[in-house]
Order: sequence, then C-alpha cells, then structure tokens
Amino acid sequence: MNRQARVNLFLQKLMVYTTLVLFAVVVLFLFYTLFVNSSRSHFDIQKGFSLLPSDHLIRNFNKLVANKNINVFNAMKNSLIIALSSAVLTTYVSSLTAYGIHLYRFKGRQFVYMFILAVMMIPSQIANIGLVTILYHLNLVDNFYVIILPGVAAPATFFFIKQYMDSILPFEVIESARMDGSKELQTFHRIALPMIKPALAVQFIFAFVASWNNFFLPSLVIQSPSKRTIPIVISLLKSSSPDTFDLGPIFVFMSLAIFPMLFVYLIFSKQIIKGVTLGSVKG
Amino acid sequence: MNKRKSKINYNKWGYRFIMPFIIIYVLFSIIPLLQTLYYSFFEYYYRFGGAQKVGPNFAFFDNYIKVFTEGKFFKYFYNTMSIWVLGFLPQLIVSLLLALWFTSTRLNIRCQRFFKTVIYMPNLVMASAFSLLFLRLFANNGPVTNMLFDSGLLNETFSFIDKAVPTRLLISFMNFLMWFGNTTILLMAGIMGIDQSIIESAQVDGASASQAFRKIVLPLLKPILLFVMITSLVGGIQLFDIPQIFTSGTGGPEAKAMTVMMYISTLLGPSKQYGLAGAVSTVLFLITAIISITFFYFFNRESFKKGGDVR
Repeated sequence: MNRQARVNLFLQKLMVYTTLVLFAVVVLFLFYTLFVNSSRSHFDIQKGFSLLPSDHLIRNFNKLVANKNINVFNAMKNSLIIALSSAVLTTYVSSLTAYGIHLYRFKGRQFVYMFILAVMMIPSQIANIGLVTILYHLNLVDNFYVIILPGVAAPATFFFIKQYMDSILPFEVIESARMDGSKELQTFHRIALPMIKPALAVQFIFAFVASWNNFFLPSLVIQSPSKRTIPIVISLLKSSSPDTFDLGPIFVFMSLAIFPMLFVYLIFSKQIIKGVTLGSVKG
Repeated sequence: MNKRKSKINYNKWGYRFIMPFIIIYVLFSIIPLLQTLYYSFFEYYYRFGGAQKVGPNFAFFDNYIKVFTEGKFFKYFYNTMSIWVLGFLPQLIVSLLLALWFTSTRLNIRCQRFFKTVIYMPNLVMASAFSLLFLRLFANNGPVTNMLFDSGLLNETFSFIDKAVPTRLLISFMNFLMWFGNTTILLMAGIMGIDQSIIESAQVDGASASQAFRKIVLPLLKPILLFVMITSLVGGIQLFDIPQIFTSGTGGPEAKAMTVMMYISTLLGPSKQYGLAGAVSTVLFLITAIISITFFYFFNRESFKKGGDVR
C-alpha cells in the first residue's frame, strides 16, 4: 500500500470510529441520564445534566412508592403477569403451529403457510380497534385475558420458529421416536421442543418485551386503577398536579420500566442480535 | 405400502397442531377486522358523553364521506407520514452506512460487538417510557432547554414542545433512535450473505468501490431493503406510543403531531364513534395494503416468491 492510500484509510477509519462513538455516546448518555436523574432532586434535574449521581435515589423511590395515584408495585406486578403469560403462550402456540406445518403434509398446508405469511403484514393495532369494539359490546373489557390472547397467534414468531425447525429438526429424528412408540404430542414435547430451545429462548424474550412495552390495546381496554400496567401509568404521570410534581420519582419510575429489559438484554444480547436477523428474511 | 398408510394417518395431526393458532387468529384478528369493516357502513356512536346510544343504523358510505370531506383524516395522515419519513430516511442512510462499515474487511472495525449491542439497545426499550424521558428532558424548564438558555445558544422564548416543527422532529428522532440499530443488524446480515468473490472479481475487472456498491451490493440487498421498508412503514403508519405520551394525547401544537392512531383512539373515547372509527381504520388498512403491494412490485417480485416457498 502506498502512502496516499494509507493516509486515506486512516482518515476514513477516523471518520468511521468518530461516527460510531458518537452514536454509542448518544444512546448510552440517554440511559445514563435516566439513572443519574433518578438519584437527583427535582431542582437539580431541572438545572441541567450531571455526570455524577446524587444521593436522592432512596428519597425519590420512597416518594414514588408513597404516591397513592401511582401504585408502582401493582403496575409492575400486572405488567409482569401479562408479559410472562403472553411470552409463554406465544412461544408455545407458535411452536405447535410451526411443528404442524414443518412435519405434516396435510391438505391445505401450503395455503395455511401462505396465509400466515400474508397476515404478517396486517397492522396489528388496526385489528385491535375492531377487537375493542367487540369487547365493549360483550362487556368483556377490563381484564388481562383480552390483552394476552390477541398477541398469542403471532405470525412473526411462527415464521422464526419454522425457519429454525427447517434448519435443525430432521424428519428422521421424529420417525425414530415414532418407532419407539412415542405419541405425536409426546414427541413434540420431549424431542422437538428441547431441540429448538435456542429459538424458543429468543422468541420468549421478544414476546416478553413486546408485551411488557405494549401500550395501545391496554390503554383502550383497562379501566380499573388496580389493573393498570406500567405504560398506562406512564401515560398518567403527566396529569399529576403541579404542586406535588416532582421529577425525581418520575425518573425512578422510568428506570423501573426500562432497566429490567436492558438488564435481560445485556445478558442475552448475543442471541438476541442473532435472533433479529434469523426471523426476518430468508437467504 | 404399510409405511405410506401410516404417513397418511399421521398427517391428520397437522390440523390439530395448527388449530390453536388459527382459532386465536380468527377470533382476535380476522373477526375484529371484519367487524371494523361492517360498522364502517353504520351510523353508530354515543351522544352526550357516552350517555345515549345512536344506531347502529345502516348509512352506506356516510362515514367514508365524512373521512374524506372532514379533512381531519388527511391532516393526521400527513402528520403520520411526515414523522415517519423524517425518521426513516436518516435511519436507512445511517443503517446502510453502519452496515457497510461493520462488514468491511478493509476497515476491520474493532469492538463490533460493543457497538452493535449499544445501537440495538433502544429497540427493546418501552416506547412510552422513552418518550416520557424525552418529554422530561426537552420540556419547558427541562434540563436540555435550561442548559441551552444558560449557555445562550437558544433564545429564551424558544420551546421544544410548544412549536410544531421541533415536536415533530423530536418524535422522528426518537423513532430513528429506536430503530436504526435494528435496521443496521438486518442490513448487515444481508451484506454478509452476499458472496464476496463476486465483488472481488468485479474489482479485479476494474470496478470502483462505489460502482461495486451500486451495481452489485445494492441490487442483492433488495429483498432485505424491501423487508425493512415494509415493516417500518407498517409500524410508522401505526405510530402511537411516542407521540401520544410526548404530546399528552393532544397531538401537540395545532395537533401537528397527531397521528391517525391517536385520532382513532380519541374516536373510541367516551363518544365511542364505532362507525367513524371503523371507516378510518378501513381506509388506513387499505392504504397500508396498497403501499405494501406497490413496494413489492416496485422492487422485486421474485425475491418474495422465493421467501414464500415451503421447504
């Protein structure tokens, strides 16, 4: 490489790394600010940013817990119940479907597969609007089931698991299980599910995060204060009266909504990032 | 012979395995969609703050006429689309650049895992909480605003949330931040799927780096670009959480950040305008479908057919 080329490469690298560092700093700064501001007083937060945490974390937390309008623990409990049930059901039902399409050559199989692929494009919130109308009529609003169940039939999760089965689950394994007298459901539970564990884990996390963050449907069907989820409480935070308005507890609450997910993400980041690509486009 | 017989028997199990999914999907998505379409032809709402029901009376296309003549729908649709475009264009450019850099053997970027982990991070964050964070930072009297005032960079009369342009830009920026990592990772996978020897041999034949990019990389990336565009568009049309929280459901100054989904959500409020909400939803659904199909044809027909094969 001649000198000119080397200088060019150096300049290019400089630009590339500067850009990358810039983006990383913007993202990390946001989350760091969230953490730092959780530990600062209302007045300090308003003044500007700080790189050092202060000592108001416990006080802010206590103030948040003491706020009767918010009920933090209840909201977290509700969100957790909904997200866990959604994640379990979504991965299980999608695996059943993917297995059904992967293994059995039944009449209409191709049609069902194309149908699920096609409905992947249907905006789910638009379907939610009709659902809400029906639920109001049947007087079935204000419960967790109607938030959990609609997301359980998730075309994207199905597609991901189907792809994974294509690559890892050979028919011979199933055949030999049948020879040994294993029933179909038993084969699915004992042989297929353990083999696709990595895919299940990633899809479980995605389903959990999606449900934990879900705001649209819950905001339309939840009515009683005791059933509010975290995003609903977040939407109500703005309406707290100005005399009791304190940014400290609000930042603590945002931290409680955001950091648990980031924590899980940092543990599984490698698998999650791999999972983003696997489910999207074939080849 | 025996084996074949047993296979036919087993295959009936397929129906049982797919049944739960199909039932749930039909109950919670297909029927609701049809219900929306059905009510869109009826006069159906509640008067006096939800106290008195009106309808349902069959009204032909009255709701649709209202959607197209009232002007609200077009305004909110325009808002939604401009917020989406303002976030998506930079997202596509930045992500494409980052993906090219990450996959370049010449640049050989270090700490790739760190950078990828960090830029993907916002994608998992609760959009409503993320939006509240921005609102608190950029509000009047918030830290960003106060710091910019103190340093004299901004005029004291400036406000991020009382003016339409900064409000929209911030919403687009949040959208950008939440999705550029995801797009980068998708495009990277696409680039890495391209056979490097094609590019190398083109360069041996005298193609410049930019020529190789335009003539080889970009065409081969079409399927993934298509996927990114459609998913982003479907998501962008449904934009709700971020503007809803950021503008406290009001749509911000002059309702310039009011999206169609926020509009529908207000229609389902106390006045429960099922008829009109149904018409707006149906129109939105059709627009989504038309844009998606256009994208398919505009880009590459074969790539999707390939993706749809059952192995």
